[in-house]
Amino acid sequence: MAPHDLRRPFKRPAISDQQKRRDLSLLRQAQSRRDAQHQARCLASTVLSFPTQNSEPVPEPQAVEEIELVPEPEPIYEESEPEQQAIDIDVRQASKLRGAEARRWFAKQLMLPEWMIDLPDRLDQDWYIFARPAGKRCFVVSSNGVTVSRLRNGSLLHRFPSALPNGAKTKDISRSAQSYCILDCIFHELDQTYYVIDMVCWAGISFYECTAEFRFFWLNNKLVETRACEAPSVFHKFRFSLVPVYNCDKEGFHIAYTGAVPYEKDGLLFYNKHAHYQTGNTPLALVWKDENCSKYVIDTDSKGHVPHQQQVVLELQDDGKLTASDDPPVVFGCLNGDFIQKTGLHSGYLLRFTVNEGGLRFVDGKLEKADLQYLGKANRARAFADSFSKIMFQYMARYSPLTVEHLLASISSSNEQENGTRDLEMSG
Amino acid sequence: MEVTQVLLNAQAVDGTVRKHAEETLKQFQEQNLAGFLLSLSGELASDEKPVDSRRLAGLILKNALDAKEQHRKFELVQRWLSLDVALKTQIKTCLLQTLSSPVPDARSTASQVVAKVAGIELPQKQWPELIGSLLSNIHQAPVHVKQATLETLGYLCEEVSPDVIDQDQVNKILTAVVQGMNASEGNNDVRLAATRALYNALGFAQANFTNDMERDYIMRVVCEATLSPELKIRQAAFECLVSISSTYYEKLAPYIQDIFNITAKAVKEDEEPVALQAVEFWSSICDEEIDILEEYGGEFTADSDVPCFYFIKQALPALVPMLLETLLKQEEDQDQDEGAWNLAMAGGTCLGLVARTVGDEIVPLVMPFIEENITKPDWRQREAATYAFGSILEGPSPDKLIPTVNVALNFMLTALTNDPNSHVKDTTAWTLGRIFEFLHGSTVETPIITQGNCQQIITILLQSMKDTPNVAEKACGALYFLAQGYEDVGISSPLTPYFQEIVQSLLTVTHREDAGESRLRTAAYETVNEVVRCSTDETSPMVLQLVPVIMMELHQTLEAQKLSSDEREKQNELQGLLCGCLQVIIQKLGASESTKYVFMQYADQIMSLFLRVFACRSATVHEEAMLAIGALAYAAGSDFAKYMPEFYKYLEMGLQNFEEYQVCAVTVGVVGDICRALDDKVLPYCDGIMTQLLKDLSSNQLHRSVKPPIFSCFGDVSLAIGENFEKYLMYAMPMLQSAAELSAHTSGADDEMIEYTNLLRNGILEAYSGIFQGFKNSPKTQLLIPYAPHILQFLDSIYMEKDMDDVVMKTAIGVLGDLADTLGSNASGLIQQSLSSKDFLNECLSSDDHLIKESAEWAKLAISRAISV
Repeated sequence: MAPHDLRRPFKRPAISDQQKRRDLSLLRQAQSRRDAQHQARCLASTVLSFPTQNSEPVPEPQAVEEIELVPEPEPIYEESEPEQQAIDIDVRQASKLRGAEARRWFAKQLMLPEWMIDLPDRLDQDWYIFARPAGKRCFVVSSNGVTVSRLRNGSLLHRFPSALPNGAKTKDISRSAQSYCILDCIFHELDQTYYVIDMVCWAGISFYECTAEFRFFWLNNKLVETRACEAPSVFHKFRFSLVPVYNCDKEGFHIAYTGAVPYEKDGLLFYNKHAHYQTGNTPLALVWKDENCSKYVIDTDSKGHVPHQQQVVLELQDDGKLTASDDPPVVFGCLNGDFIQKTGLHSGYLLRFTVNEGGLRFVDGKLEKADLQYLGKANRARAFADSFSKIMFQYMARYSPLTVEHLLASISSSNEQENGTRDLEMSG
Repeated sequence: MEVTQVLLNAQAVDGTVRKHAEETLKQFQEQNLAGFLLSLSGELASDEKPVDSRRLAGLILKNALDAKEQHRKFELVQRWLSLDVALKTQIKTCLLQTLSSPVPDARSTASQVVAKVAGIELPQKQWPELIGSLLSNIHQAPVHVKQATLETLGYLCEEVSPDVIDQDQVNKILTAVVQGMNASEGNNDVRLAATRALYNALGFAQANFTNDMERDYIMRVVCEATLSPELKIRQAAFECLVSISSTYYEKLAPYIQDIFNITAKAVKEDEEPVALQAVEFWSSICDEEIDILEEYGGEFTADSDVPCFYFIKQALPALVPMLLETLLKQEEDQDQDEGAWNLAMAGGTCLGLVARTVGDEIVPLVMPFIEENITKPDWRQREAATYAFGSILEGPSPDKLIPTVNVALNFMLTALTNDPNSHVKDTTAWTLGRIFEFLHGSTVETPIITQGNCQQIITILLQSMKDTPNVAEKACGALYFLAQGYEDVGISSPLTPYFQEIVQSLLTVTHREDAGESRLRTAAYETVNEVVRCSTDETSPMVLQLVPVIMMELHQTLEAQKLSSDEREKQNELQGLLCGCLQVIIQKLGASESTKYVFMQYADQIMSLFLRVFACRSATVHEEAMLAIGALAYAAGSDFAKYMPEFYKYLEMGLQNFEEYQVCAVTVGVVGDICRALDDKVLPYCDGIMTQLLKDLSSNQLHRSVKPPIFSCFGDVSLAIGENFEKYLMYAMPMLQSAAELSAHTSGADDEMIEYTNLLRNGILEAYSGIFQGFKNSPKTQLLIPYAPHILQFLDSIYMEKDMDDVVMKTAIGVLGDLADTLGSNASGLIQQSLSSKDFLNECLSSDDHLIKESAEWAKLAISRAISV
């Protein structure tokens, strides 16, 4: 048992450079593994079909050249491309798209509410309600240190720095390159604010497959954390704001319908709590308006006048049928072959009609006959025909609108129903 | 067989005779192990035999019971346990009998062998009579037997862990040992053996140290032994005090004043081996208090295990002068002697620890000493003053130090240039390095290096690199820390104008004839590395220019032919340094797209150099080249695929290197880099890689620290090749499962074991994550469903265990998300039943740790999707 060595390091750094090299390698590897995992997690079921073209990218057109009907700018960009090749692309890749490709991709990504033409069951149980801000519906995408907003037709609205994750080039290096956000917003001109009505991706994580309940919960928590709701500053050009969302019970309806909001209201939006974010038209999100909560109940023409008779845009099919934009298509009428030939129309054309005195006739809730008069081709920038629900809502608004009383009745009656049949809640 | 002559021949001067004898012994052991061991023990026990054959007999016996390598040791233990009981009894009787031999060497050898046998048998509840029989004769035995018995007890305590021996026997051992140490023991050999035995027995005395009377008695006896006229006894007694200072820190308060007096006297008057132990006592107290203060941040709550008694703070006014005094006892050439350790070095080291313990308070106590001595004609005084200054730079606040440092800086720079004494210059350069290490950088508010003095500092440091090797090495070190201080300086670094000159000077240093002395060449390359690491984009063209320069150096090492083994070792060392430097450069240039692009033009040439380095075969070079290749793979991305055909065999070799586990570990990391770089292009190599990784896991030779990264590596492979991982599932999953079962519970483990268990858990969980993610969106997802119950159970049980660290927590909750994400509705029932999806998830959601929260939110999202479908 010899004495023990008690020498301590003397005039030497405590760590060798070789160990430092090892440690830094391990650090890099751990970081890379984290990034790889993060990336794998973010590629969650967001793969969407995307048509690409082989030709040169088309130069950016002027944003919203002509808005035909004021309140809801319809998609105006759609050209039939030769040799379209469908490839799969996920949101992360899409956020890197530029120019025409980006426009085309984003034009298809918004969830479009149907117009409310009848009352869904369990409105007070399964639905949220909120007052829609008047303004331009758009996607806001933050990635790689810049934030871009794109209108429904895919065209660029703003390009700006924001406090959203990875939305500005700041020295915050904690965000990885995969971190990006996509928000469903309405840009409200008056106070230059983006009102966020839904969240599609946050910090690289996709929310497509999540229920509205979950998306709204997340949105409420996350948006405030980023300080994006604070006043504009150098690295944050526009303020973002949440829209107050309520359960669609009596009280919620009342606040949404009559309550004061910092923005101009344009109708009410209803979102089914259990619905995922579904691109295109969906009956699980609904829009409803009356004169009290919107300036734009009945469509106006491009000069802002309400036409004497309702106008609709329908798509001409191979067999001469005229359909709305729904899938499966709803037929409103038929053009005969002679007329088509004489006017030089082709299938796929979008045509404008007025609804004459004969109106729309229904049997057992199904459209049987529509008295239509041909006006001419629709604005070539239009992308889609009107949807069935839109035509119906506009029609009803002129003759027998779905009123606020109907809505309230539905809410309170289902309330009573519920009270009668409610099961005892288990508390374990 | 006449074993005596063979044993003597085995120590013969004549090589042929010796070799023949060794061969004979080996054959004997292989043909008849029982007979071999028995005749060795007989040889050792017989007083008729020559001492040389007895000593070797004992040594061979000892080596037949224990080995350094874990797996070999395990084999020997099993072999001994399987021997015939009667035979073992015979051997043990011989061993115990030898303890009474009049021949000291025989007794001493026997005592070690007894301890080795005890180390095997006592944990098996065998040889229960051993301790009783050792202690039975201690009182009436002759002095030499008493001495051998105490020595045996000492070795025994070193071999056996405390929980193997019951308290009753512990008490008896301690009683015998402490009595043997007592001043009343007339025989110095007995007293020395007892004191050394106590050193090993202290770990057994937990219960006795909580008993005031027994503790007082032990402490009194130890303190008295420090005053023995016998130097070796004093030294051994101080060793006991040092050990007590860390093992029983919280019991020291009543004795600390006495111990201070004893140590102060020893430092002042005693011979160096004793004085060194006395200084070490205070260094050890500093270690304890630094740990306590770091762990609890100075705030003591009820749940802190050990409170800080502030012994150092209380002793400060007397302790600091005592230590300063030692600084003047330098040895003439200590800076050139690698193994030197003297009172001045120990005192300065202790002073540095004291500064870290008490902070600001030490400064006014040391400043007068510095001021008084720094300009004295005697070099010892100047050196001592400088060393004192350098020692106290870590600990006190920058506010307290910076005014003095600003004044001292100029003085130091002048001394580094002009002092006639090399020893003073060495310490001065070291002190400058300490100044830059602790008081220069983005965290220090008032910079000590300014536009005004930056150039002067660099010029002087570069000048000093031409000084003697030890001074030049310290100057390189100072430059290293100077560069480090600009690590996160931003876009523009004050070093940019000097970059070229600095790197040029450092490369010149590496070519000095005497660069092999004092670690100079290594220091110069390490400083190049740090200067490169901390450089900014401004200088990236110059870093780029460095690539062909270092490549050329590496090329030259490969040209040398017919090297002696000494030259070969030097070549390997140099290759290691150059590969290390290239690794740093690759990592630097690979980090930004623009520089990476330009750098990649060299990739082919660099890779071929690395492959040639591999062909030279040496562990350290192997490792450094492997590290560099990992960085290259990271930078090259999928382009790395073209190197795989040639590189693969070295990758496999690295994975097979059990002996040098660092090499194996580094290679495992590189496999991960390659998986991420190549993605599914790694597929053709996966059979080989997976086979090797699985072999590594099953090996009991491989150092355990490599196993967690191997599991993580499974995840990397799966993430890269996706559902192609299918064929490895049947091998990998059972291994993961059994490792998971082993690591689920840590009850009764010590801190180190818990730390390892958490590393293991993290590796296992990263593997699961990678596998789930790899299979996502694949039609083969179904294959994973059978494993889900076990994985969820594993998550639940580590949650219940409540001892996982933050890293494991983050990974674990991520696995929950990955499982839900990949299996979707297939697992929704299982997930909802698991504790993890409720309590654990909620705990993680409310975590303060950003990464844990992020993973938990991911998991919540994935679960909600799995359930809502």
